[in-house]
Amino acid sequence: MTLATPAAGNLNAIEVHGITRGSFILRSAFAVGTVYSAGAIGPYVRHALAQGNAGDIDVLNFALTLELLETAFYKRALGLRLSSEVREMAQTFGTHEREHVAAIKETINGLGGKPDSAPKFSFPLSDERSFLALAQTLEETGVSAYNGAAGQIQAPEVLAAAGQIVQIEARHAAAIRTARSQAPAPLAFDKSLEMEQVLEAAKPFLKT
Amino acid sequence: MPEPMTTAPDRERPGAMEDLARDPGSRRRFLRMVGGAGAASAFAVFLAACNDDDGGGGGGSSSAPEVASPGGVASNRDRGGDPKEGTSDIEILNYALALENLETSFYGKVIESGLFRGAQLDLIKKFADNERQHRELLEATVKKLGGTPVAPVKTTFPLESARSVLRLAATIENGGAAAYLGQANRIRDKEVLAAALSIHSVEARHAATLNGLIGLPPTPQGSFAVPLSMEEVLTTVQQFIVS
Repeated sequence: MTLATPAAGNLNAIEVHGITRGSFILRSAFAVGTVYSAGAIGPYVRHALAQGNAGDIDVLNFALTLELLETAFYKRALGLRLSSEVREMAQTFGTHEREHVAAIKETINGLGGKPDSAPKFSFPLSDERSFLALAQTLEETGVSAYNGAAGQIQAPEVLAAAGQIVQIEARHAAAIRTARSQAPAPLAFDKSLEMEQVLEAAKPFLKT
Repeated sequence: MPEPMTTAPDRERPGAMEDLARDPGSRRRFLRMVGGAGAASAFAVFLAACNDDDGGGGGGSSSAPEVASPGGVASNRDRGGDPKEGTSDIEILNYALALENLETSFYGKVIESGLFRGAQLDLIKKFADNERQHRELLEATVKKLGGTPVAPVKTTFPLESARSVLRLAATIENGGAAAYLGQANRIRDKEVLAAALSIHSVEARHAATLNGLIGLPPTPQGSFAVPLSMEEVLTTVQQFIVS
């Protein structure tokens, strides 16, 4: 998959509030170095990275949690008795979510952040019907989550990558709706959700 | 019959862009479609000489095509500068509006053609209604920002059979989704971004559904959707604009 790491590929071009990441870090490190001696630069660079992109790292970790949930969901679904079309859908969509997880983790690492670890999930799945119904809910939530979080993203490259992912979530949602004989695009404008609303919606699937 | 962008991206046809730059007829069609200053700005990428703000009259420009302007839209990315600089939100909105006008006109003609009945006709009508609403929101937003919304242009689509029309619809919708994706990180205003994204994912739904009707997967590009630039999109859609 040539586009498996759309965000991570261009990290050096990522901007921190209007200046390039490279120049931002160098300038900051230089400023600190002159005051505290060169030995302080290493830790400061890591700190500056985390600081300057703190918002984006939070959004990315939020997206990571959702993608981990979706990955676990599709993996669990493959243990059900499914028709061949629906099984293929679960397999393909599960692969997409897993690749989203990998790309998001890589981007968080690249920005100097730490990817959140995977929570344990549980899903009320018994058959194809319950799988498709919950798949629709999760994919719709995914679309609204990305659309709602996009405005908080600072780095244009991270925003572009989020766009590349949300379009796939929307395509999943439409395909699942069609499989359930529902209108694939019921609204002219997709809704967005706040992060808190999304996390609340995900709660029932988190094992405590 | 153009292939769906998703299976046969048009990028391997270097000639198309050159044709557009050389042929005054297609340049006029292009300018009429995106209108005024927005057209000039996008067009500057491969036609440095095009500074004519008047997209309406347009005719008779004899300026020779030149290579990419250093201040052009696409080159911002190449030199690692701010990808947002160079194109205003109004220009991006007018570009999106031009595409929505095209889609609305397309679906209108498809509905009139009588090629569809029953569930497929209902689906097409629903998509047409979505596009009409997109158009209304974009027009209102351009006005709100103090701009002039581009007017619809005269269009032509090859409507031969239900099958070929579905293929064309898939091409247009996959291209539309890629077009919005290509602009997302160039938008400055948060509200404009939110509006564009709320439309982007609906275009993606249309594309996925139409793909299903012609035997393509809903996600032909795999895990990450591929954006298209303004230039790529406008090169592809010019065949639907009547000169």
